[in-house]
Amino acid sequence: MGLAKRIIPCLDVDKGRVVKGVQFVDIRDAGDPVEVAKRYDEQGADEITFLDITASHEDRETTVHTVEKMASEVFIPLTVGGGIRKVEDIRTMLNAGADKVSINTAAVFNPDFVRQAADRFGSQCIVVAIDAKRVSLEGEVPRWEIFTHGGRKPTGLDAVEWAVKMMKYGAGEILLTSMDRDGMKNGFDLGVTRAISDAVSIPVIASGGVGNLQHLVDGIKEGRADAVLAASIFHFGQHTIPEVKLFMEKQGIEVR
Amino acid sequence: MNTVAVIDYGMGNLHSVSKAIEHVAENARVIVTSDPELVRQADRVILPGVGAIRDCMAEIRKQGVDKLVAEVSTDRPFLGICVGMQALMQNSEENGGVDCLGLFSEKVRFFGDPLLENGIKLKVPHMGWNQVKHEKSHPLWAGIEDESRFYFVHSFYVEPKPAAEIMGTALYGKRIAAAVGRDNIFAVQFHPEKSQHVGLQLLKNFVSWNGRV
Repeated sequence: MGLAKRIIPCLDVDKGRVVKGVQFVDIRDAGDPVEVAKRYDEQGADEITFLDITASHEDRETTVHTVEKMASEVFIPLTVGGGIRKVEDIRTMLNAGADKVSINTAAVFNPDFVRQAADRFGSQCIVVAIDAKRVSLEGEVPRWEIFTHGGRKPTGLDAVEWAVKMMKYGAGEILLTSMDRDGMKNGFDLGVTRAISDAVSIPVIASGGVGNLQHLVDGIKEGRADAVLAASIFHFGQHTIPEVKLFMEKQGIEVR
Repeated sequence: MNTVAVIDYGMGNLHSVSKAIEHVAENARVIVTSDPELVRQADRVILPGVGAIRDCMAEIRKQGVDKLVAEVSTDRPFLGICVGMQALMQNSEENGGVDCLGLFSEKVRFFGDPLLENGIKLKVPHMGWNQVKHEKSHPLWAGIEDESRFYFVHSFYVEPKPAAEIMGTALYGKRIAAAVGRDNIFAVQFHPEKSQHVGLQLLKNFVSWNGRV
């Protein structure tokens, strides 16, 4: 009895189409974002995360229209991330019907942006996305750093300290992606998930590396995440949301 | 024509509320407006709200929404959502103490740091799907099973007393008011517009409610 752990399918969207994660060599088309979101909504997803990976400016107009359409047909929380750099970007997405925005690189280059965003729109709609990579060697005290540019550029920032700082700056939630695991299908990096989840008092969403149902359970039980996010296991019919929930429930996790 | 006015005072995502109502009630006309005259003409009124209560109350007072709410909350179905519910209370601890509209005598309190349940630290904000226990039967609960899950996101909560006005509660470290009501006024801490089937059912109930308990 109480608050349920959340299952969040993630839609990576490029030029108005859902694509499989960017780390993959062959980017397979996974459908129309609105149709995909509706399918997950019907299956009982607890939220939808829409990650815009469109590079060009003109294609971002498409994104706004897609968000508008999705928000008119799907009545569960919708987070939009990718390319959120200015207060104006946040306003545009919230007006289009997003409930939360996810700020990633812009927070690294300008932490005050998170503070401004939270002041202006409230912490409840500000998610800070953290892309972390393990930098310590085997046998050393585990340490993770923030990376930008899809995991290619190190920043020297300690991931756990950064998460605490972002919370203090007004983030309402942390979306933690392990860059070592993203697309690898060998499970979340439970070490960093646990370290950050224990260090902050705001909810943490674990992401990156889900290959099977046990990984999702581990993210919650071992990693102490409040929510788990996955993409490819859902997009290509490997698992449905009800399967995930049944599996979790059997292991004593509270689900909706 | 059944007109629903969503009061727009610059706080929050009003798109979702209006889309959700349009989705469930084809005969309803939803207007998102800051024009007091249009609100006065509406058959039913919704007061939404997100973010910090200090900012919400400041805008409410600045734009005269306080007087408007006092007026239209007396004679027609009226629904407060999230901070829109908190704004109807006596006062809030948030931002060092903020006076609210005082339509209800309940107080708004911080969840507390740390918030513990069985020795385990709970995250704040209270974010996600939690069960709502019906404390009283009410027309807005029609077709909604007791203990159904609704979507919450908030760091401050309304104390569930006096009990007479508490229509629903949720458990998150402590009992919190999930819904309060009196006569033609109903207010919810959760987001019905984001709570899928059960939330849409509540909005549908609101659109057909005659304002009597």
